[in-house]
Amino acid sequence: MNSRSYKSRLRELVRRREFGIFIIIVIVMVLVGLRNPIFFTGDNWKDMLMYASILAFISIGQMMTIVTGGIDLSVGSVVALSGMSVGIIMRDNPALPPVVLILLGTVFGLGCGIINGLLIGKGKVHPLITTLATMSIYRGLVVVVSRSRWVVYGDITKGFKLIARGNILGINNLMFAALIIAVVSYYFLNHTRKGREIYAYGDHQEAAKFVGINSTRINILVYALSGMLAGFGGVLWVSRVHTAQANTALGYEMQTIASCVIGGVSIFGGVGSVFGVLLGTLLFGIILNSLELIGIVDFWKLSVQGFIILVAVIFDAVLSHRVAEQMRKQRRVFDAE
Amino acid sequence: MEHLLTLERITKIFTGTLALSDVDFDLRQGEIHALVGENGAGKSTLIKIITGIYQPDGGQMTLEGRRVVFPDARASYDHGIAAIYQEASLFEDLSIAENIYMGHQEIRPVTRNIRWGALYRKAGEFIKSLEVNLNPRALVKSLSIAEKQLVEIIKALSADAKILIMDEPTASLTKEEIDYLFRIARKLREEGTGIIFISHRLEEVFDIADRVTVIRDGKKVGTVPKDKLKVEELVRMMVGKDLKTLYPKEEVEIGEPVLRIENLSRHGEFDKVSFELKKGEILGMAGLVGAGRTEVARTIFGVENPEGGRIFLEGKQVRIENPRQAMELGIAYLSESRGEYGLVLQLDITQNITIPILKRFSRFGWINRTDERDTAKRFYDLLDIRATGIQQKVGSLSGGNQQKVSLAKWLAANAKILILDEPTKGIDIATKAAVHKLMSDLAGEGKAILMISSEIPEIIGMSDRIIVMNEGRLVSEITRREATQEIVLTAALGEKGK
Repeated sequence: MNSRSYKSRLRELVRRREFGIFIIIVIVMVLVGLRNPIFFTGDNWKDMLMYASILAFISIGQMMTIVTGGIDLSVGSVVALSGMSVGIIMRDNPALPPVVLILLGTVFGLGCGIINGLLIGKGKVHPLITTLATMSIYRGLVVVVSRSRWVVYGDITKGFKLIARGNILGINNLMFAALIIAVVSYYFLNHTRKGREIYAYGDHQEAAKFVGINSTRINILVYALSGMLAGFGGVLWVSRVHTAQANTALGYEMQTIASCVIGGVSIFGGVGSVFGVLLGTLLFGIILNSLELIGIVDFWKLSVQGFIILVAVIFDAVLSHRVAEQMRKQRRVFDAE
Repeated sequence: MEHLLTLERITKIFTGTLALSDVDFDLRQGEIHALVGENGAGKSTLIKIITGIYQPDGGQMTLEGRRVVFPDARASYDHGIAAIYQEASLFEDLSIAENIYMGHQEIRPVTRNIRWGALYRKAGEFIKSLEVNLNPRALVKSLSIAEKQLVEIIKALSADAKILIMDEPTASLTKEEIDYLFRIARKLREEGTGIIFISHRLEEVFDIADRVTVIRDGKKVGTVPKDKLKVEELVRMMVGKDLKTLYPKEEVEIGEPVLRIENLSRHGEFDKVSFELKKGEILGMAGLVGAGRTEVARTIFGVENPEGGRIFLEGKQVRIENPRQAMELGIAYLSESRGEYGLVLQLDITQNITIPILKRFSRFGWINRTDERDTAKRFYDLLDIRATGIQQKVGSLSGGNQQKVSLAKWLAANAKILILDEPTKGIDIATKAAVHKLMSDLAGEGKAILMISSEIPEIIGMSDRIIVMNEGRLVSEITRREATQEIVLTAALGEKGK
């Protein structure tokens, strides 16, 4: 049996991917650092990591939906809706403790996610269509709940600002939250039955039926989690940028998808890891930050985002084709004996 | 003997069609009960009802004297029913061990996390106890087809079930592996397990079964103890009519070779395959699933490129790099899965027939609809496609009629060489006979046909000549006169010393 050599080869490839991301990170850092030395300052890194932290855990939620073979396009709108709702509640009740606001935002997100999950799981509507529709609906609701009055800097209470600014054990709250969510998600996805069922379902939906995996429940679960993380992210977002507007986190779904794809999550489902997504987010965060530092205008930023997604997908296609070819060549079809 | 499982008047309806109608079935403790019938007769549907994947629309199930209803596959598993499915039901990106225990992994009591160490150890020990050599940590996608089939079997056996269902478990196994599987099945029978066995190979049914139940067109034809059953009788029960009309092959004058394959190879798929296909000839290509037949066909059609060997068309060497070139050279390929890439299901019959030849009807980019319709109508009539008209959507046609539309498409495109991959898989018997008649007529008109089929009676009934593949090699060539079921099967199984 050659399975050991398959394994070592596979491991090698996986390693190469993470190594690849690492190399790209270094190259980008050097280039940008040469152009603009501000890049290497602690303040810039803190800024960037704070941005990447929110992106990281929302991308982890996104990853779960992509692993099932679906997608959640509504995350950006959920961030905005949760952020706006919480912002307004805070403006009207400045005495409310921030913890309550965080909980409220998370519950709003969870609600949005459950609606997505019910439509996809029970209603059997395609995830792309479902979340494309709810993306617009939730975005529309942002304007409705705000009655076109944005939450502005003056509305933000001191305690609320502290959510993003504060530290736990010397680590910034946002990074701490991302870290905890990453660890819990890793544990959930790799060490519980439900977590493994998510991978199995995304790998082969028909076979999942054969082992009694309930597709409705899996779908509701992943979209609910994705929505919940986006809702939580919405609160942190407003605390970080000090405003909530109709266009908050507009196009954010693209960033989460990009982080996943860069991190090796297969758009065909069944493959993806928390660690990969963290690396993907880090690289993506650095690139976004660099574009700003180099002084590239916003619409170019979008193009660059799209370009990165494209490169990552092509890279994956080439890689998986090569793996399949290698396996074919090693396969024991012609038995010598 | 005690009754383990009894099904009474089971009925199942799929969007208007009656897949099963009032089917009774019973399984005793310690017996191997074979379930036979043509493709599409309803065997797999019945199995999926027993395993809880489908829910019956009528009738009831009794397990060990108690009425049961299975809302999903896990419920039947919890009642001690395990199954080896015919189609691959494994998770490719997960390890062997995870595939075996998916859904019932051992977990720690409080934290509820999976005990990975125990999982791999248990899987390893179980695999070893079956005297199989597989690494439980290996990813399923790294395995060969036969190894995957073994994993399916191991997975079902690990359930330690009271009832074991084997839905064509032997389709892609080698002879030794089949013997091995049968040894296990007999041992389980002795221990009191009830086994439902589905196979297209009647000799296997006679070899291993205690009783045989025949299903045809969703209805039960009868249940007979094996000792009181003869092959001819069983076939008549299955097919419901005389075999001759099913294979209306006419003698045709065979012409010059049009296609010659020399030492065609693709590593891991097939090795040094050589054969000739002549004008007017139906060349049957037999072999087990996974023997490399489809891969050879796809390579000739340019879907994959050969790594060795040469292809000659009418004596001239050609390079076929993509399907488009193959089409231009007059080669057509009807894939096994029509729905997937043979036809555009949302388009109507006309549009499907004329896709490859639209150029013919268009001037300056405008399609002349009248010409297009006339051409489609001609082939529609020629192939006797049964539909409401040429404007009917292909997706709403029956399997056999879809197959005819694919044929019409290629005939309209003037294909000279037709490669038909499992041309009658999953279509009903009457249409099957019609497709066979059509093949015979096409050969009569001088087309050269390479027919891949896993149904040996079809191979024997329709071919002028038979080539047999086994594990990527062409192992035998048999003339129509000398072909028997046994000779073809023996070659396909690749028994040692032959």
